Amino acid sequence: MSQVSDPSLVVQKLQMHKKSALELRNVNIFYTDNKAVNDVSFNIRRNKITAIIGPSGCGKSTLLRSLNRMNDFVEGARVEGELIFGEENLYSNDVDAVEVRRRIGMVFQKPNPFPKSIYNNIAWGPLINGYQDSTDELVERSLKQAALWDEVKDRLHESALNLSGGQQQRLCIARALAMEPEVLLMDEPCSALDPISTSRIEDLLFELKSRYTIVIVTHNMQQAARISDYTAFMEMGDLIEFNVTKKIFTRPAMKRTEEYVTGRFG
Amino acid sequence: MPFSSEQESRHLAHRHRKAKIFALFCAAITWSCVLLLGVLLYQVSIDGFKWLDWQFISSFPSRFPERAGIKSALVGTIWLISLVAVFSIPVGVSTALYLEEFAGRGKLAKIIEVNIANLAGVPSIVYGILGLAIFVRYFALERSLVSGALTMSLLILPVIIIASREAIKTVPLSIRNAAYSLGATKWQTTWSHVLPASFPGIMTGVILALSRAIGETAPLIMIGALTFVAFLPEGPMDSFTAMPIQIYNWVSRPQQDFHELAAAGIIVLLAVLLIMNATAIFIRNKTERRLK
Amino acid sequence: MTEELQNDPANSRWESGPTVGRSIKKSGVRWGEFAIKSWLASCSFISIVTTVAIVFLLVRETLKFFESVSPGDFFFGTTWTPLFQPSAFGVLPLVWGTMIVTIGAAIIAIPTGLASAIYLSEYAPDKVRRTIKPVLELLAGIPTVVYGYFALTFVTPALRNIFPDIQVFNALSASIVVGIMVLPMIATMSDNALRAVPISLRQGAYALGATSYEVTTRVVVPAGLSGVMASFLLAISRAIGETMAVSLAAGQTPNMSLSMFESIQTMTSYIVQVSLGDTPSGGVAYQTLFAVATLLFAITLVINIISQLILNRFREVYD
Repeated sequence: MSQVSDPSLVVQKLQMHKKSALELRNVNIFYTDNKAVNDVSFNIRRNKITAIIGPSGCGKSTLLRSLNRMNDFVEGARVEGELIFGEENLYSNDVDAVEVRRRIGMVFQKPNPFPKSIYNNIAWGPLINGYQDSTDELVERSLKQAALWDEVKDRLHESALNLSGGQQQRLCIARALAMEPEVLLMDEPCSALDPISTSRIEDLLFELKSRYTIVIVTHNMQQAARISDYTAFMEMGDLIEFNVTKKIFTRPAMKRTEEYVTGRFG
Repeated sequence: MPFSSEQESRHLAHRHRKAKIFALFCAAITWSCVLLLGVLLYQVSIDGFKWLDWQFISSFPSRFPERAGIKSALVGTIWLISLVAVFSIPVGVSTALYLEEFAGRGKLAKIIEVNIANLAGVPSIVYGILGLAIFVRYFALERSLVSGALTMSLLILPVIIIASREAIKTVPLSIRNAAYSLGATKWQTTWSHVLPASFPGIMTGVILALSRAIGETAPLIMIGALTFVAFLPEGPMDSFTAMPIQIYNWVSRPQQDFHELAAAGIIVLLAVLLIMNATAIFIRNKTERRLK
Repeated sequence: MTEELQNDPANSRWESGPTVGRSIKKSGVRWGEFAIKSWLASCSFISIVTTVAIVFLLVRETLKFFESVSPGDFFFGTTWTPLFQPSAFGVLPLVWGTMIVTIGAAIIAIPTGLASAIYLSEYAPDKVRRTIKPVLELLAGIPTVVYGYFALTFVTPALRNIFPDIQVFNALSASIVVGIMVLPMIATMSDNALRAVPISLRQGAYALGATSYEVTTRVVVPAGLSGVMASFLLAISRAIGETMAVSLAAGQTPNMSLSMFESIQTMTSYIVQVSLGDTPSGGVAYQTLFAVATLLFAITLVINIISQLILNRFREVYD
């Protein structure tokens, strides 16, 4: 629809863009009758890593899934408030949820490669979305970005299910990157992995943040402290505190945040 | 001392004996069912094998047992099942996909679901009456292969739908989520991931449903498949006979020779069913290995 | 290596142009998606249409039938001679015949089916279970006309050795083969129901010092009872609707005899009898087909619905 003929116009528009990739304004999320997320507002900064932490069941994963409308598939889930992406509200009626997910990628808790070859895992998304360049290059580029290329370059046409758990998760990241998303959502991406795979993925996130906006949900506070620039702390569906990560972990404003990050509960 | 008396221990021994006898009884019943299957198959074999030769496969039915064969019935069954497959598989699998992936949990979906469960329990002869009134008479398709195939398709649709839904349900949600998060539409997700992953299960269900259609007799008798056909159908609009009809015809004659012909026909019918079931297992194993 | 900016609009590799800055609003209907969804939905409507067609057809023809025969005569008459003079349209003999065969089949299939299910779920080693279940399924997959053959060539001759005065076509032989036919259904469905009973329940009973017999009969079977009952009902409904074996073995003599040794006629075998003959369409004799089929449909439908209700409650408990 909004085909832009002059690329320089777009560049201008890009520069005009706010610093925030996503703005949450008074977001409430319900499951049938239960409120899972209560009046949450904060901004997700472009090209930064934002971590959402909190005890299990605090609504952090629910909130993350609402950022690319994956909640649409959860029965009885309802989102109120505004989630501003660019100039538009993700949840306004005329928004195409498929387009939202195409632009805001997601990596899940458990690695979930398709039961297909490594190559097809990466090429499928771009192909159905009208990718016109060489898919060979795309596959190579994505796998390199996800630091997986050297390990799999000789067996691209083998089943992805033969990879180890850590490799599978990096494949899932590569698959998401191949779509050239503007925002990458990660739902506890390391919780099913061993420490070595975890640290590889953390290194990877560090490299990716120059080009992507990343939102990561984690229950691992050390991980949040290591990799994120901003941290949101949630509890029982409420956003208790949102700040620069350093502040959250050294001088939190709220008592409950302090108790949580120092390990006194949760 | 309530637990140590002589009487108590004798009582316990009695309870143990009772448990043992009960277990033996259940085992004996089950194994006799298996034995029964063996006896039945043996009975058919000794009755039918002496008639089972190439002459039997390649001859038309006849008034004289020694010249009678199952050719037209075999060809008719192959025609019928091919048409049933063409009609019922796309519709059945589509319905299953709609109910599992698209329809949601609304009232309409619930109604369709209950309706299908009830259709699965309708006696096959009622489908025969439906086929007679609708396809043979109302659409004037006459007593043709198409009439038979359409009737049979309606009969096995619930079976295909229910089996396909079970297969689709086994596809993990995480696969769908992965596809959706890449900006895939519902159909793209369904076509590229859900369908291939559930394919083995669907195929198994389809083949079992088709085996049921091969053995069904009552609906075909209702729509008037002929019992004495000395020609081969050349197109879907031709009249026909099928193996179970031919077997029924032979069984219902009084002469011993025709009963033995029926046994020979049953051997052929069971062989076809066995081949189909083996194919189902083969496909399932092969696709499973490919997916792994 | 120069890493180009992923979203550099000048280098868009996407058919729809650069994505950054593009609106996320709907850019029109996805027609392909819509067409496919419509196709899938219309396929699922075929099942509704089928039901409507069955009900409409049966009711319409039955109403026509009741224009010439009063419902009282039909439901309560005890003579069924629709095809010859003097014609009488009392359906009770057919219902009676169906009942006799069904009850006989149930007496055979229910205890043996349940015993097999108990053996499979409670006693059989896993390996045995995995061999027997496919065998039972194979038994269930044998076409009914084959059971008719067994009845005529195997069961009836055997019965005549034991009871010399039994008729060639008799209700007992039909009952036996129908019983054998529905037995695997009861065994496999009940096995599934019993296996759905949580292990913890069994362990609890064993911990109280119960024997395996007591655990099975007092704990497991009662806990899985609704699933077991549902399998009985479905088997009975199947026996009522069974056509070929019965029409081959039980004969075509509508009567209300109490003896299992005599020939009877069931609702289904009457329908077969008419359709094999040269009854012209449109007459009262032709309409009896629909009247009988409507009754058959109604009876099986009621039983099926009851068994589904029971099954749904069972699922609520254990899923």
